[in-house]
Order: sequence, then structure tokens, then C-alpha cells
Amino acid sequence: MSNVILEIDNVQKSFGGLRALKDLNLQVEEGKVHAIIGPNGAGKSTMLNVCIGRLAPDSGVVTFNGENVLGKKPHEINQAGISRVFQTPEIFPDLSLLQNVMIPAFARREGSFKFNMFGNVCNEKEVLEEASHILHDIGLNEQEHDHAGSLSRGDKRRLELAMCLIQHPKLLLLDEPTAGMARHDTNRTIELLKKIKERGMTKVIIEHDMHVVFSVADHISVLAQGTIIASGTPDEIRGNLKVQEAYLGGAHL
Amino acid sequence: MDAILLQILNGLDKGGAYALIALGLTLVFGTLGVVNFAHGALFMLGAFCSVTFQKLLTISKQVKDTSITFFDAYKEMPYLELWFGDFGKTIIDYSVPLSILFAIPVMLLIGLAMERGLIRHFYKRTHAEQILVTFGLAIVLQEIVKLTFGANPIPTPAPEIFSGTAAIGSLFGLGESVVYPWWRLIYLGFSLSIIAAVFAFLNLTTFGMVVRAGMMDRETVGLLGINVEKRFTIVFGLAAIVTGLAGVMYSPILPPDYHMGMDFLVLSFVVVVVGGMGSLGGAVAAGFLLGILQSFASMNEIKSIIPGIDQIIIYLVAVFIILVRPRGLFGREGVMED
Amino acid sequence: MNINIPSIKKDLFVMLIFSVVILSMPMWLKPLGAGYPDLLQKFAIFGIFAVGYNVLFGLTGYLSFGHAAFLGVGSYTAVWSFKLLTMNVLPAILFSVILAGIAAAIIGFISLRRSGIYFSILTLAFAQMFYNMAYSVLTPITNGETGLQLSRSDPRIIDNMMAQAGASLPSPTLFGLEMSGYSGFYFCAVLLIIAFFISQRIFHSPFGMKLQAIKSNQTRMKYTGYNTRPYLLSAFVISGMYAGLAGALMAVTDPLAGAERMQWTASGEVVLMTILGGVGTLIGPLLGVGIIKYFENIFSAMNEQALLAAYSFMPDWLAKVMVTITSPFVGEGWHLTLGALFVVIVIFLPGGIMEGLGKIKNLFKSKKKDTFTEQIPPKLPEKAEPQKEVS
Repeated sequence: MSNVILEIDNVQKSFGGLRALKDLNLQVEEGKVHAIIGPNGAGKSTMLNVCIGRLAPDSGVVTFNGENVLGKKPHEINQAGISRVFQTPEIFPDLSLLQNVMIPAFARREGSFKFNMFGNVCNEKEVLEEASHILHDIGLNEQEHDHAGSLSRGDKRRLELAMCLIQHPKLLLLDEPTAGMARHDTNRTIELLKKIKERGMTKVIIEHDMHVVFSVADHISVLAQGTIIASGTPDEIRGNLKVQEAYLGGAHL
Repeated sequence: MDAILLQILNGLDKGGAYALIALGLTLVFGTLGVVNFAHGALFMLGAFCSVTFQKLLTISKQVKDTSITFFDAYKEMPYLELWFGDFGKTIIDYSVPLSILFAIPVMLLIGLAMERGLIRHFYKRTHAEQILVTFGLAIVLQEIVKLTFGANPIPTPAPEIFSGTAAIGSLFGLGESVVYPWWRLIYLGFSLSIIAAVFAFLNLTTFGMVVRAGMMDRETVGLLGINVEKRFTIVFGLAAIVTGLAGVMYSPILPPDYHMGMDFLVLSFVVVVVGGMGSLGGAVAAGFLLGILQSFASMNEIKSIIPGIDQIIIYLVAVFIILVRPRGLFGREGVMED
Repeated sequence: MNINIPSIKKDLFVMLIFSVVILSMPMWLKPLGAGYPDLLQKFAIFGIFAVGYNVLFGLTGYLSFGHAAFLGVGSYTAVWSFKLLTMNVLPAILFSVILAGIAAAIIGFISLRRSGIYFSILTLAFAQMFYNMAYSVLTPITNGETGLQLSRSDPRIIDNMMAQAGASLPSPTLFGLEMSGYSGFYFCAVLLIIAFFISQRIFHSPFGMKLQAIKSNQTRMKYTGYNTRPYLLSAFVISGMYAGLAGALMAVTDPLAGAERMQWTASGEVVLMTILGGVGTLIGPLLGVGIIKYFENIFSAMNEQALLAAYSFMPDWLAKVMVTITSPFVGEGWHLTLGALFVVIVIFLPGGIMEGLGKIKNLFKSKKKDTFTEQIPPKLPEKAEPQKEVS
């Protein structure tokens, strides 16, 4: 059994009267692709938001690599090694594609703040090279000088994925990376995800598309009404009655 | 005790002006989502409505001055006096309160023109661009007024009977020294009744209900199939009237000049921020609160401890509020808290 | 639209052209009727101010209305340096830049805790505080409404150690070189070139790229591992120091300082210049300064006589109509023109002149190409919605 890299322990979060997360426990093993599935409103995105410091939980502990991440600022959590792809693509629309991936590359090299106002971008050969390389990987290298804002939605998501990958995070959180994509784009993204799987990066992926889930995940957890109702290998989950209930709407007891 | 009461009273009339301006600003921001830097200009235009009206009333004709007998002397005689005698004189004396009637349609027109002509095209643009374009508009309006009326303040006196002071002290059984100018008292009452009218309008009419719903959630109201655009225009007109009337009645207290809009603009933003962006009650409360605070800060006892505090107290409060409680004293949670 | 990674060669080339253009201004502005030192100094000084303002507003998108305060701090500091120490301009400039930097650090540290409109209001509040205090508590330093001036009885410690005080009021010098007239202009011009060079370096440094990324999407920046506040504060302080330098140069070319320089509407002027030329472009703000100061010079000196002369080619009645229409916009009415220009630019050309030039360029390009390839129209940068928290 390998190391547990992310551990969510008894996390609670309420919005007003709505309990979004209750007694949430989750362990993500290092090097695995861990998929979280569950019906809409189950608290999947809330869980990710807690992990990256966007939301503070009411109680509970989130440990990453043996360190408590609660109370840390978003940039500190990222520097500790967690990157996230958002549900709606969060990129830099006014910058070029190349600059979009250079920014996170600088973040990994230079830390959260470096005052290098007299450096010149064109002297940063390594970063430039790495950036074009990763754009090549996702197939966007031909538009590298275009505004990122002019990309299609699917391309924006792939760009965002590249922005996270270039940071070589220890843990990558993906929030529905294929939502709203055409089948062709989805397949491309699956290919990409499989490719990075070989690199041994830990991933937590939220996904509705079962095709994607069962083609990339090592481990699946099912979240319903703010708590994990089932967890196991893809085969185990496939046969689980509770999961079927949750998806068919029978879980409201 | 007397001194404190006096300071509170002194703060109240100024507070009334702040509250009215901030009310208009909040209406516009809350419903239209537009940060209007030309709002101070509306206040200024209101004050100049009173100037214009006074000028209109006193259009004069040269007549022979009969009081001087040993040579031919002429004096300016307003037509109103020529035609109506003493009654005309009284009308001129009451020019400021009467100009309310003149200001309401004028301010409504100005407001409608502003919204239709400019503001409307900026609903979807960034706050920074809204600030910039309305700032430009404010300069244009201020310069037009400067070209028309000159750079000097123009005195617009209150009616004669209100020029004295009210012996409030003896009225409430306090010291004789507590006196308060009548006109300021009237201003206070006036601003309170306008505020009451606006709140009644918003709370008791269907239109008002829609506007309040729009302040809560603009998108949903739009989705309900309500013609939001038309209502936006009307709300802007309403805000222009409220702000303009604040200016009309303030003109005897502060002789209008072209840059009073810019002076009050910063103050009114400060008031809105302290009260809470988008909170109408907050704007009113913060207006009075800051008015009173400012008047306390200008007491000699306080100035001797912290010199110059009266000049900056309002800004200090604003900075403090934005840092500690960015939603303002009465703002709803989550509104502009980023 | 393409965004290319800048090359050092191209940067140096731009610098060279820029220096030549600036230093030869007295020659090529003469035929345009603007070749006299007073106006040239103004170009250079406001150029520095706008270039610095652009580092903040252009790169980070933070709209500050408080920069006139730093201009004022610069001016007062310079005059005090003249009064207390020496008429040499170098210490005056040094102190001004440092003090303006400190003031910017304090105001920036507090104001940058908020973004968007709150940031603008905070800077506005601070500017107003400075302005009000200059007229009240700080009169011992600012000399209130009269403004701070030199006087013969000033101590001028360093100068008096070197030589006996002269009989007349001294004027600022650079080691004996008087800072009025053309020498004053060349001094300001050299500083402008340095200032422009620094801003070019900032724009093309990783630091500058990160500032642009903050403008584009601050949320992403935070989740990409950046602590955005020190970046913003650095940009704020740098632009504050530029403003301090501009303020100092105002005092150098005309050694007095008044509080009216600090009014928040004065900050509005630099915003206008930056926007008119093109926010976030290197050269745009300077274009804005040039155009505004040039036309201010012409328009504010105009009167009806001059207008009549200008329309003399028209039939009499038309000339009269034109005079009636245009006369409110000239002379005293220059500010009206300025305000109207502001509105027009923000409505129709939010990217300023540089965007306009880009559009024209693209028009030509696409005309050439559209025979064989479909051209996508130049795309405006996406309007960033105010940041929304998504749960």
C-alpha cells in the first residue's frame, strides 16, 4: 500500500441551512487517479474548494503530504504542490498562449514572489522551451502567440490543464475536465490524461462522464449529499447498489 | 450637554445632504450596477436649478428711480415686482423653495438624458470604464456650468423669514445659547421627508417592489420578463431628482459654484461605502452618522487634541470601514466584498 | 492579434529611436509652434508622470485616483531640499523620489487590500486627505494656500558652506548649470529617457508579465501559486516614485509647490492622458501627454479673434456660426474639450490611439490578404467581469 498524499478528515461545511459537506472523509493515495463521482449538488466542487483554500470548512482537517493545509492562503497551497483545473476555464484571456503557460512555469521556479523587474522574458530560455513543449503536447503550439481569450472553450480547458501540468504538481485536482466538450475533444483529453498518468502524478478528478471515469480512474469514490457513500476500484463501484440508488434518486431517505 | 446637542444639530443638516446624495447614488448602483462619478454633478446641477430659477424670477427692466429726485437715476426692477407689486416681491423672496417645482422636471430630464445617452451603454462594461466615462461627463457638466454662470459662488438666499435662528434651546428647556438657523432646520425636515417619500415609493408601489427585487438579484428580475431597461431609466431619473433636490435646498447654506459637485462626489462615495454598497438604509444612516461625526470633529475641544481631524475624519472612517468591514455597516453579506 | 515575446535587439532599437525623437524635440516641434522650453519641459515632466502611472494602471488594471498626491509630495520635498540644503537639483530629486516612494508604500499597503472600485475609492479618500491636510494641519510644511516658495533667508546649509549667499534669489542648478530654458528641458528629457527605459524593462520582464497576468485574471494568479499583493504593491510604489520624480521636476523648473497639484481631479488628468494614448502600451501614454499638452497650449491661448482668423477661408456667415459653436471649447473652455474628449475616448476607443492605429494597420493587412485567406477581425481583449466568487 502506497502513501496517502491527501487526507480529508471529518470535514463539515454549511452554507446557511444547507449542509454541503458532512463528515467527509477521503484518502487519496500517491500516484493514483482518484475519481469522485456523484449527483449534482453532492458537494464535489465544494470539496475541491476546501482543498485549495478557496473555502474554509466549519470543522475538520485536510492534510496534504503530512501538513495541514487549512488556514493556508491559496498561493501557499499551490506552492506546496496542489494545482487545480476549474470547472469554468480560468486562464489569462489577455495574454498569449505561450505567456499563459509561462506564468505557472515561473511560479514553480521563482516561488510566490520575485521582484525581477530588470530581467527580460526573452532571456528565460528554459521556461520558453518548456512552455512551447507543453503547448506542443496539447496540440496548441501553432497558436502560441494568439490571445488565449480567442480560443474555443475546449481549447481553453486544455490550455488550463497545460498550465497546471507545467507546474509538475504533486497533486492535480480536475473539476469536470471534459464538461461541455464534444466527443472528439473528450477523447483527446482522455488521451492527455492517460499520458500524464504514466508520469506518476496523483490526480483527483471530478467527472460526470462515466466513459472518462472508467477509462482513467484507479479508484472511485461516490459522493452524495456531502458524504462519501462508496469507495473502491472501478469494478467494485460498477456493481454497487448504493451508487445506483444515489444516481437514480433513491437516496433521499 | 448643550454643546453636544448643538453639534448633533449641526451635523444633521449636513448629514441630510449626504444622506440624500448617497441615497441617489445607491439607487443607481444597486439597480443599474453602475458606478456613477457624475453623481456629484447632479447635486451641483440641482443647486444651479435654484440659481437659474432665481435669475428667471429677477429678470429686470430699467425703471426710473423715484426716490432720487435731483437727477435722473435708473434702477433695475424685476418684472415680477412691476407686475404684481408686493406679491411679486414675495415670490422672488421665496425663489429657493419655489425652485423645487422648477427643479423636478429639469432634473428628471437631465437624468433621463444622461441614462439614455450615456450610462445605458456602460451596463455591461467594467467598473473602471464606468468610472472613467462618468468622470469625463462630470468634467463636461462642471465646465458647462462654469462657462454659463462663471467661476464665483452665487448667493441664493433663503426666504427672509427663515434667515434668522430658531431658539431651540429654550424650546427644549436647555440653555438659551442653543440656537439653530431656521433654514438648516427646514433642510433637515426636507431631507427626512424626501427620504421617507423614496422609501414609501419603493416599499408601497409595485414599481418599487420590482426595483428592490432588482437590487437583490438583477438577472432574475430580467429573466422574469420584466422590462428592466425602462425601469432602469426611471430609477436613474428618480435618483437625479432626489440628488438635485438635495442641491436645490442646499443652495442657501452653501452658495453654489461649479466645483461643488466634485467636492461632494468624493464625500458621497465615502458615505455609500460606509453605509454599504447597495444598501439604501445604510446610505441614509451613514449620511447622518458621518455628518454628525464631522461636526463633532470640528469642535474646538477635539481639534485641540488632534489638530486637523475635522478635515480628514470622514475619510479615515471610510478607510477603516473598507478595510475592516468592506460590505459597510449595513451592507448585505457578499455584496462587493471581494 | 499576436503577442510576441520581445527581443532585446528590438528593445534597444526602440530605445534609440525614442531618445533621438525626444532629444530632437526642440527642432521638430518648432514648425508646429511648440518649440519653446516651457512647453517642452511640460511634455517631458508629464511624460514621466504618465509613463509611471501606466506601470500601475496599464499593467495591473488598478485604477488609482491618488497619484496627484505623490506628485505633490515630490514637489514639496524638492522645494524643501532647495530651502534647507542646496539649490543643486540632484539631492532634491533623490529625496523626492524616496519620499514619494514611502508615501506610496503606505497608501498602497492599505489600499491594495481591496481591488476594483473599492481600491479606487480608497486612493481617492487618501488623496483627498492629503489635499485637505495640506491646507490645514500641514501648513507649516506646505505654507497653505500661498504655496511653498523659496526665499533669500532660507538656510541652504550646504550651499552656504561652499560660498557666501548672493544678493538675489537663487535658482535650481545642476552643479552650476541653470535649470531654466533649454538646459532645463534637456535635463528633464534625459530623465524621461531613463524613465522610459526602466518602464520598457519592466514591461518586458517576467515581473511585468506577471503584473499583466494579475490584470487578466487575479484569481488564477492566486491558484497558480503567486502572492499577488507584493507584486501589486511594487507596481504601486514604482509608479508613485515616478510621480514623485515628476513632482520634483516641476519644482526644479519652477521652484514653488502648491496644494492644488494634489487635488484628486489632477489625478484624473493623468488617467486621461494614459487612456487617450493607450493604456498598457509602452508608448501610448506619451502620445497622450503630447497630444493633450500640445492642444492645451494651443486651445487655451485661443480666443474669438483667433478663431475668426482660423475660419477666414469660410464664407462670413459660416465662420460666425463656427465661432459660436467652437468658442466654448477654447480658451477658458479647454477643460470642457478635455472632458468631452475623455468621454468620447472611453466610449469609442477604450484602447486609445494605439488601438486605433492597430485597427488601421489590421485593416490594411486584411485588405492585402483577403484574396486568399479568411481574416479574423482583430479581437478586443475580453472585458474582464468584476471577479466573481464561484463556490
